[in-house]
Amino acid sequence: MRTWWIGAAALVSSAQLALAATELRYMCYQDGNECDVAEALLEDFHKANPDIKVTVDTVPYKAILESLPVQLAAGQGPDLARVTDLGGLAKYYLDITPYVNAAYWEENFGATLPWFRSGPGDKGIYGMMTQLTITGAFVNKTLFDQAKRPLPGPEATWDQWAEAARAVAKATGTPFPMAIDRSGHRVGGPAISMGAQIFAADGTPRLVDDGFKAFMTKFVGWMKDGTMARDVWVSQGGAAYQDAAQEFINARVVYYYSGSWQTGRFEKAIGDAFDWEVVGSPCGPAACSGMPGGAALVGFKRTAHPEAVAKVMDFFAAEPVHAQLVERTKNVPAHKGIAAKGLAYPDATPAGRKALQAWAAQVAKVSPVAYAYQGYPLNRVMFNATVTRVTQAIVGELAFDEAMAKLEADIAEAVAQAKK
Amino acid sequence: MASLATSGVLDLVTRTRGKGRLHWTDWLAYGYLLLGLFLMFGPVVWVVLSSFKSEAQLLEFPPTALPYGQVSVAVPGYPEPLPLFRVRMPDGSLREVAQIRRIGIQAQMVDPAAPETILRVDIAGREPVRALSLATENYTALFERFDFLRYLWNSVFITVTATLIMLLVNSMAAFALAKYDFRGRDLVFVLTIATLLIPPTVVLVPVFLVVAKLGLLDTPWGVIWPGAATPTGVFLLRQYMLTIPDELIDAARMDNASEWKIYWRIVLPLAAPALAVLAIFAVMWRWNDFLLPLIVLSRSEQFTLQLALNSFKGEMHTQWGNLLAMTVLTLLPITLVFGFLQRYITTGIATTGIK
Amino acid sequence: MRLAAPLHRLLELVDRPMAALQRRIGPQRFAWIFLLPNLVIFAVFTYLPIVLNFVYATTGGLAVLPSERPFVGLENFASLLDCRDYLDPSSCSKDLFWRSLFNTGRFVVLQVGFMILFSLITALVLNREIRGRGFFRGVFFYPVLLSPVVVALIWKWILQREGVLNAWLVAFGGEPVQWLLDAGWSFFWVVFVSIWAHMGFYMLILLAGLQAIPKDVYEAAEMDAASPWRMLTRITLPLLMPTMLVVVVLALIKGVQTFDEIYVLTGGGPGSATMLVVQYIYETGFAAQPRLYGLAAAASLLLAALLMILTLLQLRANRKSYRG
Repeated sequence: MRTWWIGAAALVSSAQLALAATELRYMCYQDGNECDVAEALLEDFHKANPDIKVTVDTVPYKAILESLPVQLAAGQGPDLARVTDLGGLAKYYLDITPYVNAAYWEENFGATLPWFRSGPGDKGIYGMMTQLTITGAFVNKTLFDQAKRPLPGPEATWDQWAEAARAVAKATGTPFPMAIDRSGHRVGGPAISMGAQIFAADGTPRLVDDGFKAFMTKFVGWMKDGTMARDVWVSQGGAAYQDAAQEFINARVVYYYSGSWQTGRFEKAIGDAFDWEVVGSPCGPAACSGMPGGAALVGFKRTAHPEAVAKVMDFFAAEPVHAQLVERTKNVPAHKGIAAKGLAYPDATPAGRKALQAWAAQVAKVSPVAYAYQGYPLNRVMFNATVTRVTQAIVGELAFDEAMAKLEADIAEAVAQAKK
Repeated sequence: MASLATSGVLDLVTRTRGKGRLHWTDWLAYGYLLLGLFLMFGPVVWVVLSSFKSEAQLLEFPPTALPYGQVSVAVPGYPEPLPLFRVRMPDGSLREVAQIRRIGIQAQMVDPAAPETILRVDIAGREPVRALSLATENYTALFERFDFLRYLWNSVFITVTATLIMLLVNSMAAFALAKYDFRGRDLVFVLTIATLLIPPTVVLVPVFLVVAKLGLLDTPWGVIWPGAATPTGVFLLRQYMLTIPDELIDAARMDNASEWKIYWRIVLPLAAPALAVLAIFAVMWRWNDFLLPLIVLSRSEQFTLQLALNSFKGEMHTQWGNLLAMTVLTLLPITLVFGFLQRYITTGIATTGIK
Repeated sequence: MRLAAPLHRLLELVDRPMAALQRRIGPQRFAWIFLLPNLVIFAVFTYLPIVLNFVYATTGGLAVLPSERPFVGLENFASLLDCRDYLDPSSCSKDLFWRSLFNTGRFVVLQVGFMILFSLITALVLNREIRGRGFFRGVFFYPVLLSPVVVALIWKWILQREGVLNAWLVAFGGEPVQWLLDAGWSFFWVVFVSIWAHMGFYMLILLAGLQAIPKDVYEAAEMDAASPWRMLTRITLPLLMPTMLVVVVLALIKGVQTFDEIYVLTGGGPGSATMLVVQYIYETGFAAQPRLYGLAAAASLLLAALLMILTLLQLRANRKSYRG
């Protein structure tokens, strides 16, 4: 009986709280400490805006990926969210232009703002990259030292890196020379470096071209001859994501192509077990490009308090807060002003700081094609189909050409369905 | 010889009564059961043991049975305790020394007994000194991150409420289907059973839309109602109620008892064993539920334990340490309940399952 | 019993209005009152979604709300059934659907077959008068209580490359095997783990069936000095048939619907070697972009139709064997 009263009392007091303030819900997921840091920073926001209460709901990534789109489609969902499928959710974003200093946003986030827009005519401000990521490679420097081989230079090609990694693995008894995350996004950069254009001249997707095939042929070949860690791609079905970070931490792979978000984890997990370095993306005939990407803070149209939502977003966009957010979550800044000044990353180790600065330097090398690919609303479709079909080619369920044909058909169907 | 063996094996699976002393087929039976014990419990025990290992130790191959951690020692002149290694010295002797730092492929070591001299050692020639230690941080990290009691309460509330509603609703329907003769009865029964053919996963999106339209999103009721009527429950209870003699019910009617009174005064108590079995399954289903709560509940104060534990899975990382601890925490309540009620549960299912 | 007291009072409280209601509509029609709550919940949360599923199956596009989706007729079904050669999935436009369908067929035959075999053996062993019978019954039943995700994580941990199984192989002089990277092994483990997780339930039902066989039948046979084998094949198994039928039908339905544990264990991999049809539906309609709800709904309807045919065949074959 008593628990009833306590429950009722809690209900009443939470209802009062809701009356006292504008309540906003921020649906957040985290790989490391992203939501925790955001929550900590929001305390300052609450002090400055006592009438607004932002509650951070830390959910599984699965909820962001699978539930959020259905919730939004049904006219439900949170006021703010941390999302990765920027294009796919574009029609639900709130345009905060009327509430913020648009010039400041354009100035500092200009490069990534188009990722949130639904088309070239769209000039709205919908979100902010709170975690800008760049794909690229980590190497185990200690293994290179033990094999007495120098690191290939910044202009080295994919073939040169593969050759070097194989030699080092052989000399040191390391099981895997190279590994790439199981993700269509990750192999996008290498394909673009090989000359893939991703889109036809009219802007419609045309993923499978000579450049794309050139890299995929190499990639599937490396899987077969043991240059690439086959486990990473083969241990999963469908389009599921799989990384090889544990293998790298455990010094079982010489060259690991992943991205800047791994830095914080490696810094902590590797400690001083071995020396590691960020070497960016290898070169191909067309570029030496990785893929940009990351997670963004967006607000949704359906919110009852658009002004408060814009206030929260503007709070995170302001230079001192944004700098803290990026530093404490150990990311590369998407904010131009901060990027120009450089960040000190005070709580990073020397290796971590060096790596983060190396990532920041990689941003300049990203090909415009990669930006366009990341900004394309249906890019998730293309990433997922790439993973599914290329894996089928690796395990031999489909011949390589067959797999490429099915990949094209998958994308064509999705594009056709999206037009309906 | 071979025929003797086969007849022995046959004997093993055909005999129904022992004869007081242990026949060799009894030994074989025990052998089979012990193998079963190992296969059924072994994996779970292994996971529990592993969940107490540190992230580094989880990566070791071959794995050790018990969790170990590296020993650290305090060395004068160094503020932090240093990790201890066993090192083969150039003269061939083995020594236990502490590592100060590692530079490239060399490590700087120091003997705790003689902290003045710094030794340089190839990192390939050192081996950590270890002792038994529980990596409880796998668990404490889980507890620090969230309000465990609140999520436990949410889970318990949903499980208990949903189970009670299911028992009531399903038993009423089962009573009607078992003890009344009315037109359309068989159709209702077939339609109920037919829903078994639809896996719940494939109607997830429509169910979500219905829940959203009813305004049940972000409330425990959005998880409770969709699972409140189950074909399995109706089927199980109906089959059991068929065995209740009609005479009892007719006698009650003679005494002018209302149909409702007959239901809850006579039928419900008599169906108690079947209700208990269904209750166990209902508790299990609700407790283990993941996909429906995932799409229905998105506010952290409403999360169930399963959701909260899964919020550890980010986009890029899964760490075995936390994952294993989470696994153990999820299976623990069910295991405890089963441990106490084991005999009751298994005999209950065995006697009500099929009549 | 004290726990049930408030509930008791509650049910008694309802008694008077219920009696009044009964006087108005009569005792026979009161059956519908008992059915009502169950039917309402079913209608709202099961039948309505199934109807919506039909709507999805006949509409296209990427929209979630049925009202925003254009009608496309049978296009989704046509696209699923578009094959040059029905025995070669690669020739189909939706090759993954067919692969998952074939996998499901193979999986169900192996899983149901071996699971019933092992459940039967275990039930027969536990039907002996043996010490610790209750304990062992519990041991075999325990995995049934674990959530599919937990089951999958437990085995994933054991089967991973640096897992304990490989450690044993190495200790006994073998080579480590990539259990979940090889299509054949991966399929084996998927079947094994699924049997591990579910056999306890069927074992208990079979055990109940065995214990319902009257003892005097055996005593009579022992008088006739019947061999154990004859007793098994002539008495035990025939008398167990009704129970067996239920077990087979249930196992078949559950087998075809297997999803979570395999999804977490292998993700359907390597490639699509262990992808079952429910996973295909889940991924097509829910988990992976593009969310083709129409295609997923069409596939789920085909699956339900297939299951219905299987169940009916099963029941008919059984009726025949009873007559024959």
